[in-house]
Amino acid sequence: MTEAPKLPFATRLAMFLRLFAVQGSWNYETMMGTGIAFAIEPALRLLPGGKDGAAYRAALARESGYFNAHPYLAGLAVGGLARAELEGDAGARIERFRGASCGPLGSVGDQLVWAAWLPFCSLLGLLAFGLGFGPLVVVLTFLVSYNTGHLALRAWALDAGWREGLHIAAVLGHPVFRQGPALIARATALLAGVAIPATVARIVGARPAALASAIAAAIVWSVGTALLAKRADGWRAALIGVAVFAIYSIVT
Amino acid sequence: MTLFDLAPFVGLGAVTGLDVVSFPQAMISRPIVAATLAGALAGDAQRGLLIGAVLEMVALGTLPFGASRYPEWGSASVVGGALYGSGDVAATGQLALAVLAALLAAWLSGESMVVARTLNAREVRVARPALETGRRDVVRALQLRGIALDLVRGALVTACALVVLTPAYLALTSLWSGSPGPERAVLAGFTAALGAATVWMLVRGTSGARVFLAVGAVVGLAVVLL
Repeated sequence: MTEAPKLPFATRLAMFLRLFAVQGSWNYETMMGTGIAFAIEPALRLLPGGKDGAAYRAALARESGYFNAHPYLAGLAVGGLARAELEGDAGARIERFRGASCGPLGSVGDQLVWAAWLPFCSLLGLLAFGLGFGPLVVVLTFLVSYNTGHLALRAWALDAGWREGLHIAAVLGHPVFRQGPALIARATALLAGVAIPATVARIVGARPAALASAIAAAIVWSVGTALLAKRADGWRAALIGVAVFAIYSIVT
Repeated sequence: MTLFDLAPFVGLGAVTGLDVVSFPQAMISRPIVAATLAGALAGDAQRGLLIGAVLEMVALGTLPFGASRYPEWGSASVVGGALYGSGDVAATGQLALAVLAALLAAWLSGESMVVARTLNAREVRVARPALETGRRDVVRALQLRGIALDLVRGALVTACALVVLTPAYLALTSLWSGSPGPERAVLAGFTAALGAATVWMLVRGTSGARVFLAVGAVVGLAVVLL
């Protein structure tokens, strides 16, 4: 693997900013394919002949086909594909990379971000709420913590993709991806144990009778959802449960 | 609610709806943020935060994996925050009915995302010949149209939900009997159980997570009771 050539700062910045809109035209046919082409396009202008050249058009056509990945890790593919296109790799090789990288970039990102980092930060916000902080502190606790990880991951992904080219498989073995979800899961478990009771206490007030009522409601809910198991998602069950409670409270 | 009253909420619903998938996914669409902002716009950020926390525990269970269908919390949380934030502080039933309205809006909004994605697919199909010739203007237009469509989708969902649900919300709160205590206890109990079940589902496969959860629960109960 040769050392990555320099990518002009303005080009790198344009690609980074465009990655925030990588799912702008997400659809059931090409998924985020057009978004990948949109994000990679500033780099393709550096091809021989510039933005009116045949190489540019061929590369842009190739990059607008089907592609899907976790949006925060799409930068890995965009960086790698940009380097491959600028170094003149064969179109067939680039197409193979596109096809092979969708699955890993999706599952690794889903496990790290949607199943670990987002719930952790969400519980951190709920903990701030449960501890009695006001709206500004609660909202900032969630947004700052979540987006610190979010922005760092996006920036790292584009940089690592450009550095590694089509060899990003090695990058997906990074300790953050291998051990991160398990570490965050343990922290999430600890946090949930504190944040959920504290949130309930703030909603109902710290009176023993109110807390006992909330616990009773939680038991009724748990039994009800166990009976409904596999017939309704959690949010659908919440919709049904709150609707039944509302009808009961209005009718009686 | 007049058009003038509606406009800030529709604008916020559009932006938070856009944030869910299209741009920039910074999670301003999460209930704890979007409902609080809507409550602040309605004049009571504290009430917005309260309903935001309730909805956040429900939203913990809906993770946006891949191309799966899921409720859209951005616009829905604005609906819940707007209704509860503008309510009469002394009245009962408002929190439960605002949560119910937000859950209905989340469902409707999730379905509207499917429609938007189908329309995007149609646009891409029509543009396919031009895309195969590597036309930059077509790539850019598809992205911008997709983002604009999602923005309009969020605005429409928020506007329709508020126009339809506000009269129902006001009518039903006037019929609600009882004190706010049981209402809050039931909502907190339901959503906390749902949130805890979600956390359990996420962490149960990790070694040592049960111990961490148990330690956290002991600390949590101590914080609540002391």
